[in-house]
Amino acid sequence: MKSIKFQGITIKAVIYTFLFIGAISMAIPYLWMFVTSIKPIEEIQSYPPSFIVKNPTTLPYQDLFRLIPMWRYIWNSIFVAATVTIANLFFCSLAGYAFAKHKFWGRDKMFFMLLGSLMIPWQVNLISGFILMKKLGWLNSYNSLIIPVMAGVFGIFLCKQFIMSIPDDLIDAAKIDGCGEFTIYRLVILPLIKPVLATLAIFTFLQQWNNFIWPLIVINSSHMRTLPLALAVLNGQFGTNFAMVMAGAVVATTPMLVVFLAFQKYFMKGIAMTGLKG
Amino acid sequence: MSKKRNFFTQLYDQRMSYIFVAPAILLFLIFVVGPLIASFYWSFTEFNGLQSAKWVGVENYKNIFFHDPRFWKSVRNTVFYTIGVIPPGVILSLLLAIGVDQQIRFKNFFRVIYFIPTVTSVIALSVIWKWLFAGEKYGLINYVLILIGLKPIDWLMSPFWTLPAIMIMSIWAGVGYNMILFLAGLQTIPTTVYEAAEIDGANMWDKFWHITLPLLKPTMVFVVIMGFIASFQVFERIYVMTESEFGIGGVLDSALTVVAYLYDMGFRKFQMGYASALGYIVFIVIFLITIINMKFVKSKIEY
Repeated sequence: MKSIKFQGITIKAVIYTFLFIGAISMAIPYLWMFVTSIKPIEEIQSYPPSFIVKNPTTLPYQDLFRLIPMWRYIWNSIFVAATVTIANLFFCSLAGYAFAKHKFWGRDKMFFMLLGSLMIPWQVNLISGFILMKKLGWLNSYNSLIIPVMAGVFGIFLCKQFIMSIPDDLIDAAKIDGCGEFTIYRLVILPLIKPVLATLAIFTFLQQWNNFIWPLIVINSSHMRTLPLALAVLNGQFGTNFAMVMAGAVVATTPMLVVFLAFQKYFMKGIAMTGLKG
Repeated sequence: MSKKRNFFTQLYDQRMSYIFVAPAILLFLIFVVGPLIASFYWSFTEFNGLQSAKWVGVENYKNIFFHDPRFWKSVRNTVFYTIGVIPPGVILSLLLAIGVDQQIRFKNFFRVIYFIPTVTSVIALSVIWKWLFAGEKYGLINYVLILIGLKPIDWLMSPFWTLPAIMIMSIWAGVGYNMILFLAGLQTIPTTVYEAAEIDGANMWDKFWHITLPLLKPTMVFVVIMGFIASFQVFERIYVMTESEFGIGGVLDSALTVVAYLYDMGFRKFQMGYASALGYIVFIVIFLITIINMKFVKSKIEY
């Protein structure tokens, strides 16, 4: 299965050196973020900069949670990402099932219309999306963060492709046993498409957790911010207090990092499979 | 008449299917198609989001193309950013992919560590790198520059260095994602091709130039096109790294990209008609890139 092989001690040494230098340059920014977040002010501005903290402190974290409603932001992020993910799993698999296995008037036209929209960049709907939220009275509410993205087109596409590979016989057998359409969806389809649902769940959650531009335009009030938005505002307001901003970055980054390390195989398989980005 | 009734009976029989797709289709019509039409209309108006829109015909587009130096500056910056990020990023990630594809130790460790920026929010990455690029001497990058005998650079305050600084971060952040795509591409090359080449006496450079690279072409095209689309839409890192009380885009608009300009016009200057026209220009460019993409890599789009 392995492709091109390089042999010889020198070549191996070059490869290891290259990979290790790369790995170190990947790690340094994260390490620097963490080190800075536990440094007292004097040490941050001391020269030369150092990765060793003489007097570690939790003050930046205390400031962070005292000066801004950090718990609330964490909750907003979790709530929005989780709700959007669950909604997508349900609506995308439901629609994907109908598109894959049902015959109905207008099916292909509808599906191609959905598919075509993958070519639409979000920027074009930035202004009109904002006005629509305003007209609906959804600015500064969870509605604007959740409802418009409850059934992502890519998720529908992914589910449809996967469900098409399920043999029709299974569905026919369930029909003969007297199952209704929704029962078939729930008892036959859902259990069979767990792998694709796992991929979809990971990417939807990741995307929502890191989403920035939409919250930026529809959220104004301070207590409705999600973590990335809170971090950007923190950066604007307390930009010179690097310890506190880095503490904020640690809080925003760590949960996703832990999830990624726990499920890294799924992440990478999902990327290779779909070309989808978080 | 009976044909018509037949049609409706049929629709009635298929009602479950319509119920299943209804949520997705309704959300799509309300939140994608509706806004798409609205912004098309608004792109021909003068509109500040509060009063009703005033029709001005193609005035916005005319102004953008012929009387707007800021737009052209943002186009130039975006092109510069794209050219600066894609080639180094592609070369580095290809080398990394080949590197971690060898029989080496810590294989999984390397894959994981290169991939980490892909799962980190761009906002967090940007604030971290803003701090790395910071000030005269306590910024880590400037310290390294001093160490190797160079002058420190005031990265994010200098009209010359702001965009290159953001490009460096983008290359760093993107290699892991592209590496995974290249790895997947490498796996599709059958071992037999290499074996055949070996029998013919090919050395490893021959194999790289005449087998690996040509057979990776579909992945390469995919990576480059995705890179183009992402670069053309770059916004968040610009926002975080250049935001100041004067707006976004850096000193003298030195890092103002097209989408940053769109945001600035729409949500800072409230010229929403004008911003809608900018949005449509972005749309058309990306649409064209995607069409070219589909022509090129038809076989690749099977997901």
